[in-house]
Amino acid sequence: MKARVKWTKTGVLKFIGHLDVQRYFHKAIMRAGLPVSFSKGMSPHQIMSFAAPLGIGMTSEAEYVDITFDWCYSGQEMLDRMNAQMNEGISVTEFRQIDKKTKSCMAQTAAADYLVTFRKAHYFVEAFTKRVEPFYFQEEIRILKKTKRSEKEVDISPMILEIRPQGDEAIFMKLQAGSEQNLKPQTVMEAFCNYLGYDYDPAGFMYHRLETYLKEDGKLLPLGAIGREVTEPVGPEEE
Amino acid sequence: MYDLALTEELLLKIEKPVRYIGNEVNMVRKDPEKVDIRFAMCFPDVYEIGMSHLGMQIIYDMLNRREDVYCERVFSPWTDLDKEMRIDRIPLFALESQDPVFMFDFMAITIQYEMCYTNILQMLDLAGIGIYAKDRREDAPFVIGGGPCTYNPEPLADFFDMFYIGEGETVYYQMMDLYKEHKAAGGSRADFLKKAAQIPGIYVPSLYEVTYHEDGTIRSFVPKIPEAPATVLKQVQMDLDHTFYPKKQLVPYLKVTQDRCVLEIQRGCIRGCRFCQAGMIYRPLRERSLAMMTDVADAALESTGNDEISLSSLSSSDYSQLPGLCNYLIDHYRKKNVNISLPSLRIDAFSLDVMSKVQDVRKSSLTFAPEAGTQRMRDVINKGLTQEMIRHGATEAFKGGWNKVKLYFMMGLPTETEEDMKGIAHLAETIAMDYYQLPSEYRHGRVSVGASCSFFVPKPFTPFQWAQMCEMEEYQHRAHIVNDEFKKQHNHRSLSFKWHDSKTTVVEGILARGDRRLSKVIYDVYKKGCIYDAWTEYFNYDAWMEAMEENGLDYHFYTTRPRDLDEIFPWDFIDIGVTKAFLKREWNKAMAGEVTPNCREKCSGCGAARFGGGVCFESKSKVD
Repeated sequence: MKARVKWTKTGVLKFIGHLDVQRYFHKAIMRAGLPVSFSKGMSPHQIMSFAAPLGIGMTSEAEYVDITFDWCYSGQEMLDRMNAQMNEGISVTEFRQIDKKTKSCMAQTAAADYLVTFRKAHYFVEAFTKRVEPFYFQEEIRILKKTKRSEKEVDISPMILEIRPQGDEAIFMKLQAGSEQNLKPQTVMEAFCNYLGYDYDPAGFMYHRLETYLKEDGKLLPLGAIGREVTEPVGPEEE
Repeated sequence: MYDLALTEELLLKIEKPVRYIGNEVNMVRKDPEKVDIRFAMCFPDVYEIGMSHLGMQIIYDMLNRREDVYCERVFSPWTDLDKEMRIDRIPLFALESQDPVFMFDFMAITIQYEMCYTNILQMLDLAGIGIYAKDRREDAPFVIGGGPCTYNPEPLADFFDMFYIGEGETVYYQMMDLYKEHKAAGGSRADFLKKAAQIPGIYVPSLYEVTYHEDGTIRSFVPKIPEAPATVLKQVQMDLDHTFYPKKQLVPYLKVTQDRCVLEIQRGCIRGCRFCQAGMIYRPLRERSLAMMTDVADAALESTGNDEISLSSLSSSDYSQLPGLCNYLIDHYRKKNVNISLPSLRIDAFSLDVMSKVQDVRKSSLTFAPEAGTQRMRDVINKGLTQEMIRHGATEAFKGGWNKVKLYFMMGLPTETEEDMKGIAHLAETIAMDYYQLPSEYRHGRVSVGASCSFFVPKPFTPFQWAQMCEMEEYQHRAHIVNDEFKKQHNHRSLSFKWHDSKTTVVEGILARGDRRLSKVIYDVYKKGCIYDAWTEYFNYDAWMEAMEENGLDYHFYTTRPRDLDEIFPWDFIDIGVTKAFLKREWNKAMAGEVTPNCREKCSGCGAARFGGGVCFESKSKVD
């Protein structure tokens, strides 16, 4: 059975990189003794696939991973057993069965919501919150994109699906995400700083992911909105 | 979220911030207010290296079993954080509580290799407690050193309050009790050191006086006070079954160098290779029982979730329970997709059979350590491995489907001739030839024979402690002789040859057999900005040479000088059980090219029997 598991990353664990998170999940599942499925061959590995990686320093309440199990307990019990092995900072919050043919959560990822807050003593917050609209409604928002080989200017405005102040202290943004078009909230804030004539100071902002979406019939749905709840244990599939 | 020692801004600025946040699975959490003793266990290298070290996990577990002690971990900050800590005046901190180390009662530093000495000074400096022991305030932590390099602690004598000579399991509890008494009674720093010097295995360098002859060799090495023993006897954990072993090992977030569970199956070695320090200082060989090892394997895998387990010992093939343990691991864990890694195995029918079950034959390589290219040279070093054994092992391996072989050698060994050097290339060529002469059904593509070579560094407490080293240029020259010879071989395209940095070899050589006068040199090198000497990108040979010169010391005194058989060595005050008389006999036999049988074949009376156990007392009926 294939499960889509939603998880959160908070606190000091925001300093852990994507590859380390993967290894952390592998080990937690082994400690929990859950019947995870392995690939075949001489060096088998757990069949597990993560959605859009979260950069070091970012927190999130809506990360996703697809894990294939030979069989499983009820969803709640799976969550309990996994959480019993998790450190403070990472916990699993949803466990749903998805169709075997469903594309991986990484392939499905289309957009994500972020909340950007300001670290004290770096910037004057109002300078940003009061000017979100004029920033967004520019004809183009050009940034210099550096790759290993070249530098080119790109217009990121089509990739910003929504941006607005949230209260007096934060900025909410919905950005394209995934393997086709991916815009990082850091890039948006860098462009915003440029627009305001400030130097971009990466330490000035804190980034929190609120939700990750897939696109179905032109509509954005949370990655965890598909599939079904697992109220009863699921037995092994018959070959 | 708990408070971190470093700000978030700083953590986001540096490489791999997860090195500094602690909070790993199985980390021990205690309330520092509620313990009597705060113990900082320090590893003077980066997190990923230190966390791969089993000894540190053993001590961590052992001390934390006591309710009155909180043992926490400290690693060297990487160079990026090092700079920031100096600018922002952030003191060295422990991972668990994130508290500064200067608040602790003990700062215990494990000294695993010579090239970490400047990192020790980095840690003392960042801790803010004074680099020199004599400058430490009454309330500073006691700085104690342990680990293999304490078998010649003299180059570090000025920086440490104490050294502990021996295996960690034995006297730390006694030391903790003594310290609690001392703290309650309110004695001075000097009082405690005087008392600690009476614990077996503890060496307090400030309590000894060294005088020198005019030629720089030692005239006398004597205690200044009656409480300090004239010789310090190495402490050994004789019963390795009924002692500490961490069942809940820490699970780092980062991928550390040894990202696996480690089973230490035995300590010591019966082989008696004459260059090998570990083979002498850990005598006698002591095994752990199969029952203990399977228990530990179960508990360690369950509590970590690691997907790999590895055996650890100096020579795993000599472990009498090896078949039983391998079968257990294969039967229980292969189906659970746990990798089993079996380093330091002699290649024979048994090991090939086991390895074919646990690894992908086509992808993995087999490792041999002939150490020298000719039989003459191997006899000098007492490496009981013949060319026939290597060829036979390799041929069997080829028949089993392997086609990659790695060979480890040393150059610059005593009495080495040009023929011995070229023999390295010839041995590699012979193995490649053997492959190509096999019937075609056994051959899968081209064979790959990779030889890799380090330069020999004479170590204290080995038969080669009297050996002369070469000049740096001579090592280079010899490596090129071998490299040229490789190019001349018929199958040279199947062979490869790599060698280590010869500059590191020279500095390692200076420190390994160094004396107290080197403390000032290490200090000066550190003050020139050197840390992480073990990392080639940071190693600064010229700084070391300059510091030697500035202190009026000639490095040849430590490296290339011939040593008299009766010279007093800086480490002679330590008694490792193995006697100097035995080491002399072995040195003389080496010069005569005579081999010495291993401990199970015949006892050679090295002296380790005084510890009353291990291989020295194995009944001969048990060994067939």
